[in-house]
Amino acid sequence: MQPFGLSILRALGAAALALGLAMPLAARAQQAPANTLDAVRGRGHLICGVNTGLAGFAQPDSQGNWRGFDVDYCRAVAAAIFGDATKVRFVPTTPQVRFTALQSGEVDVLSRNTTWTLSRDTSLGLDFAATNFYDGQGFIVRASAGVKAAKELDGATICVQPGTTTEQNLAEWARANRVRFTPVVIETLAEVTAAYLAGRCDSYTTDVSGLAALRAAQSKPEDHLILPEVISKEPLALTVRQGDARFADITRWVHFLLLSAEEFGITQGNVDQMLNDPRPEVQRMLGKTGGLGPMLGLPENWGVAVLKAVGNYGEVFERNLVPIGIQRGPNALWTTGGLQYSPPFR
Amino acid sequence: MSDITLNAATAAPEAAPRTPPASQIGLLAWVRANLFSGWLSTLVTLALAYLILRWVVGFVEWGIINAVWSVPNSQTQACRDMKGIGACWAVVTEKHRFILFGTYPYEEHWRPALCILLFIGLYIVSAMRRFWRSGLAFLWAGVLAVIGVLMWGGVLGLPYVPQERWGGLVITLILATFGLAFAFPLAILVALGRRSKLPAIKAICVLYVELIRGVPLISLLFMASVMFPLFLPEGMNIDKLLRAQIAIILFAGAYLAEVVRGGLQALPKGQYEAADALGLNYWQKTGFIILPQALRLVIPPLVNTFIGFFKDTSLVLIIGIFDLLTAGKTAIIEPAWQGFGIEVYITVGAIYFVFCFAMSKYSQGLEAELNRHRRR
Repeated sequence: MQPFGLSILRALGAAALALGLAMPLAARAQQAPANTLDAVRGRGHLICGVNTGLAGFAQPDSQGNWRGFDVDYCRAVAAAIFGDATKVRFVPTTPQVRFTALQSGEVDVLSRNTTWTLSRDTSLGLDFAATNFYDGQGFIVRASAGVKAAKELDGATICVQPGTTTEQNLAEWARANRVRFTPVVIETLAEVTAAYLAGRCDSYTTDVSGLAALRAAQSKPEDHLILPEVISKEPLALTVRQGDARFADITRWVHFLLLSAEEFGITQGNVDQMLNDPRPEVQRMLGKTGGLGPMLGLPENWGVAVLKAVGNYGEVFERNLVPIGIQRGPNALWTTGGLQYSPPFR
Repeated sequence: MSDITLNAATAAPEAAPRTPPASQIGLLAWVRANLFSGWLSTLVTLALAYLILRWVVGFVEWGIINAVWSVPNSQTQACRDMKGIGACWAVVTEKHRFILFGTYPYEEHWRPALCILLFIGLYIVSAMRRFWRSGLAFLWAGVLAVIGVLMWGGVLGLPYVPQERWGGLVITLILATFGLAFAFPLAILVALGRRSKLPAIKAICVLYVELIRGVPLISLLFMASVMFPLFLPEGMNIDKLLRAQIAIILFAGAYLAEVVRGGLQALPKGQYEAADALGLNYWQKTGFIILPQALRLVIPPLVNTFIGFFKDTSLVLIIGIFDLLTAGKTAIIEPAWQGFGIEVYITVGAIYFVFCFAMSKYSQGLEAELNRHRRR
């Protein structure tokens, strides 16, 4: 005979377990391959999940209009579907709610600096359509410290945010390279950058894009140096619901279109002249020949609409990320030694 | 009689009222008694006076004299040069419309602005006792409907504005006003239910209060925004703001219910018995005798909870709704304006303070007025 209290605990535990088991089932039921493209068309606008505010990637300007690299991708997808880049609504999502928002159908596509990892790809019921930005973790130091490479940071104090992969990467890298350091762990972004700027730590580590934005916001950016080493891979990818291959294709090929347009020299300004360009690939991209648009379920001239709305990849990058001090680096086209590579438009 | 008066007048010419010595009355005496009563007190006063003066002078210098009030085209170099010396109010000048209205379409900002004025007008009218009659409920319903029409649009030639574009102060006011307006009646019902003699009703009310009070607001908001949508059928989405609003109503309801129950319990049993002796039924007894007294008793904790919830609405930032505080934080993400958080936070803090202080002051007045009979 067990005590009464214990049996209640058992019952509660069983109930919690049952609920826990039922929840993924409920989540899976949501991922029935509904046709996102038809849903978007019927609704009359695309719903795009963006960051609640990240300089250069997604942020509302003084007039409340969304601007940024990720935001332009939302506009590009809307332009591909509707031929009109304004037919998009932006839903700001926090890191905690972003995947649920996508799974539950609250948003059609996530364009919010989400790192593509195996566990996310397999267990969350979503698909990573295309990596539109290759990021990685780096270090920033004060130029006066005279440090030129990350391995010289032996014995340094390093500011880092807790609970992120950043902290883990730092520890793994330091162990592998026999660098001893004192971590200064601070929760919020504002406080951790303030701590670095106030000199509480010799270096601050986060994704290179974040470091560049921090450096650009200083009154004298040249006082700070971003070290050349990148110690982790953070491929930021566009994310769609699993089980809708058509919509994933559209999202992926919008990204490839932006890349190819840059490769072939098509810009926002010269799209109309390029319609007369004799190169067959250009003609197929812009829908003069080949019938590629309908294969995606899109109008023939989707490429023209996208490029007129946001311009090519280089222009999107130039407009949003270069002003905050992010260089092309690994995001240069493969023709100039970068990683951005588009399959052919055939 | 008259000669006595005469005598008195002649007998005591020195009886004319004399003022006490200057050191015993007025400002001087107060200062002496309270600030310089001993050497220790004098020392503390001087030290504090020095610190306060220095701080005030420093603040005036930073906030007014050396401040930069506006810069052309987001060229913040002027501000950066004055960093630490003068405030950069230019960030507020540039971003004030974003802080107040969030991502609401720029040309339509007059609509949320009007809504804010309507809300404030509603508060003022509701605060005046001479408007306390049944018509007030209709006024609330009417004004809230007008606010809904203004915010959404889509009728009367107003362009439609989807909910995810709402933001800023108006979101804070909507969440707080609707939250408390619906939570308060709910709370009264739950408080009464918890004292009910019907076991089922009592059990439900106890369960509700204990369950909701047992979890933090932030987890309720998470459940509303993360778990709840997964249980809905495909394609059915309840508006994010509505979900957050319901979570806030439920949460505020549980807390207010306990406050109201405190008032019910503080009431002497004789009041209940006297009402019964008059032959009033349950609702007459509650409506005419019990609640008016019980609610009067709990005005301070009620207002305390109101103020708390007004500020708690800022927690919706974790589910990506741009309330006043989040809009303020988002305003300084733009690289040109990074690093001017203090100015923005002071501004946002001042807005919160105005609303909370007004509530607090009003409740003090109300308390004094309603409890006048006790002071006799």
